[in-house]
Amino acid sequence: MFARLRYLIELSHSHRIARRYFVTNGFDGVLAMLGLLMGFRVSAAISIEVMIGACVGAAVALFMSGLSSAYISEAAEKQHELQELEKSMVTSLDDSAHAEAARLMPWLIALVNGLSPLLLALLILTPLFMVQQQFWPESLVIILPLDLAIIIALVLAFLLGVFIGRLSGRFWLWTGVRALLIAVITALIIFLLNQFMAQS
Amino acid sequence: MAIVTRIVLDVLKPHQPNALEFACQLADLDASCQVNLLVQEIDDKTQSIILSITGERLDFDAITQHIEAMGGSVHSIDEVDVQGEAAAE
Repeated sequence: MFARLRYLIELSHSHRIARRYFVTNGFDGVLAMLGLLMGFRVSAAISIEVMIGACVGAAVALFMSGLSSAYISEAAEKQHELQELEKSMVTSLDDSAHAEAARLMPWLIALVNGLSPLLLALLILTPLFMVQQQFWPESLVIILPLDLAIIIALVLAFLLGVFIGRLSGRFWLWTGVRALLIAVITALIIFLLNQFMAQS
Repeated sequence: MAIVTRIVLDVLKPHQPNALEFACQLADLDASCQVNLLVQEIDDKTQSIILSITGERLDFDAITQHIEAMGGSVHSIDEVDVQGEAAAE
């Protein structure tokens, strides 16, 4: 089954599309979580349950949005590609691996697009979950779980940048720092906006 | 029934799977199967190829089905080598 799936992925070049979706929507997820966490950080004291509820809600929404949008667009795109190929072949390809790939690959790509922000968001929220479940180690007590979650989000943004660098063959440190810079600027804008709104 | 030991087919196939993958998958049909693939023409989305397949006992239907499963279509049978069953025994 996995060999067949691998064959269909290679046949339709879906690994490239899935990889692109993983990075773009993963970055969306990281920035969305960073935005929420920064909002909580600069706001008045909010309970951990409210933070987790809001962040998990946003992560699930990102998952559903990623899943549905990628499926709709990829299913249409793959169907169009199949029709173009059928025109060139002057025959129906209904029983071919190409038709099977056109049916299955949109689901796989959609799953990657949906799961990447969800899983990255859950990773970012780990410190909050640990506090909620009372697993927070005493040695980490000086670091607020919220701060640690923000640090994890920044590290993940950097790692996604490194991943892009490795793919494109560019210097990984530069692409990593560039992604990190975008995340830091986002956090800074949210911080300044909150300061501005608090004053007015 | 006569035994087919060699067959040459004119096939139109998409670019993917590529020539190597296409030939390898056909060769995997049977342990005695040997495949020679010659790309004759390359278009925007398709390739015209000449497939020469040899084996102890070739199953034409299985070969055609496999070609179609990979997105190809057999345009013509250009050459065949067959052997009477009695001669083979």
